[in-house]
Amino acid sequence: MKSLIQSRVAGIFAALVALMLPAMAYADAIGGAVQKQAVNYEAIGMFVAFVGATLYITYWAAKRTKTAKDFYAAGGGITGFQNGLAIAGDYMSAASFLGIAGLVYLNGYDGLVYSVGWLVGWPIILFLIAERLRNLGKYTFADVASYRFSQTPLRSLAACGSLATVCFYLIAQMVGAGKLIQLLFGLPYAAAVIIVGVLMILYVTFGGMIATTWVQIIKAVLLLSGATFMAFMILYKVGFSPEELFRRAVAVHPKHGAIMGPGALITDPISAISLGMALMFGTAGLPHILMRFFTVSDAKEARKSVFYATGFIGYFYILTFIIGFGAILLIIGGDGAGNFPFMKTPPLPSDAAFKITQIIGGSNMAAIHTSNAVGGNLFYGFISAVAFATILAVVSGLTLAGASAVSHDLYASVFAKGRATERDEIRVSKLATIFLGIIAIVLGIAFEDQNVAFMVGLAFVIAASANFPILLMSMFWSKMTTRGAVVGGWLGLLSAVIMLILGPTVWKDVMGNPAAIFPYANPGLFSISLSFFGIWLFSVLDNSPQAEKERGLFESQYVRSQTGLGAEGAAKH
Amino acid sequence: MSQSNTQNILDNPKFAELIQKRSAFQWTLSIIMLVIYFGFILIVAFGKGFLAQPLFAGGVMTIGIPVGVAVILSAFVLCGVYVRRANGEFDELNRQLLEVLK
Repeated sequence: MKSLIQSRVAGIFAALVALMLPAMAYADAIGGAVQKQAVNYEAIGMFVAFVGATLYITYWAAKRTKTAKDFYAAGGGITGFQNGLAIAGDYMSAASFLGIAGLVYLNGYDGLVYSVGWLVGWPIILFLIAERLRNLGKYTFADVASYRFSQTPLRSLAACGSLATVCFYLIAQMVGAGKLIQLLFGLPYAAAVIIVGVLMILYVTFGGMIATTWVQIIKAVLLLSGATFMAFMILYKVGFSPEELFRRAVAVHPKHGAIMGPGALITDPISAISLGMALMFGTAGLPHILMRFFTVSDAKEARKSVFYATGFIGYFYILTFIIGFGAILLIIGGDGAGNFPFMKTPPLPSDAAFKITQIIGGSNMAAIHTSNAVGGNLFYGFISAVAFATILAVVSGLTLAGASAVSHDLYASVFAKGRATERDEIRVSKLATIFLGIIAIVLGIAFEDQNVAFMVGLAFVIAASANFPILLMSMFWSKMTTRGAVVGGWLGLLSAVIMLILGPTVWKDVMGNPAAIFPYANPGLFSISLSFFGIWLFSVLDNSPQAEKERGLFESQYVRSQTGLGAEGAAKH
Repeated sequence: MSQSNTQNILDNPKFAELIQKRSAFQWTLSIIMLVIYFGFILIVAFGKGFLAQPLFAGGVMTIGIPVGVAVILSAFVLCGVYVRRANGEFDELNRQLLEVLK
């Protein structure tokens, strides 16, 4: 009995550790010091071409951005296919591309297990959330969460949840951008951060959601084509025989045959289940992804967009797996003539365990080096430029989501109580964008030497513990009341932030205290449960007349969410 | 949306039919996806040896590779199955339902 309890406790502990896994993948991508490289002219040239094209699109989009609906939701005129690409683009961040390829390079099969966890949330979002969200919402997820409740408290809560998620995610991306660009382009850190910040302000203020969506679509197409070409060239080198690819990888990898099966990444099912849940809930609470569902004309297109997004993301993960194995061949195996161009020190031919650690720039550079090995300098430049474009596209989406929370939720609904004109609302949104952009630049530079990987974990935990519970319960539970939602939402938000600050990642590693006050690196399991519990308890206890009224409104909300009756349509141009 | 429209729809037997069919389909597919994913994870955690077996005698490719790819494909296929029926049959039912209000 005692040992059973012990193993349970160990299992739960492992589960909590595993909740931090997504953040760990980022940690590799953006943690640690970076050696500045020689200036990479091919990459800079291609990046300048990308920026030129996207600025032209912004100019084109600016002429079409007249109403609030254009600004926030691209006029509702994005097709399911386009939106699928944009959602996939938001999900295929630089960190997931470089991080997962690096994970495959180090551990082989485990990288595949890990990427599967990132994908399975999407079908669930499609079946249970997408069409209800589209039918009920207008511009932000707060529209849905506050549909039948008191606007001021719920909008404030949703806006704070959105802003917290966006800010932490944004800082992590800015720092990641600075480091990656130092490594790939040979540009100074501060210059990289300022370029990213200024460009995203331009895209969002002038082009709104139309420009933000198209920047994301272009980047998704470039990333998918680049990765396809890389996987094709790797398969070409092995005579299009996966068996041959695996055979050669096993021969040179220090872990040999172990890379072909599950390894140490997942040792108990509870941790894996927690990871899957954290990814699902976190994804379904990210404001910049939820906003994308309002850019399509109706529930039909919203469904299609998730179908396409799932296809693109799944295809991308399969490519990443091939690229990771290609990296094993081409980096550890060298060029076949006894040269190892991507190693810090030329290793002894026999010492594979040493070789794998000698990759220049760390394992996250595996995909980048592989691009050089299969396509030469020009293709290396292309992939570097795409990695930069990826960061730019993701930060633009984040900034727009943050600015919308300020203008649509806080300004128009909370401060002006719905009396603000559309023009004022858009003006506030643009000011908020500039303000967020400047903050992102300043904090990005200030955090240069900090390890900010925990901030991505924090963004996911806040999304999963504040935004997701109120969104889900407002759509599915007729008995929720304003009081329940507000108490539960704030409980989730504050407990996530406080436990993360008192936990080992911030209290011990960042602030340098000897021991953490809260023992677990990731509070997700606690803060998500606390939020749901708070919503339930304070709704059940709420017997006010206001609560009765809100419960009575559920029926009409339910009909609208199911049938789309009264839902926002596409803009009439 | 007026209260009478809501009541109209709630009283319509087609609404009950739509909700019943669509919810059942949504939950069935969700459960299939969860069973596939968590089944895969349980095998990863408990049956490492199974996935690490060679697919062909003497080969390097393991059973785990096609299984992993199949899980990824299943997510895409399930989405396709849902979108096909939801955008066809269910949306037609939905259209007929809203027709009554006109």
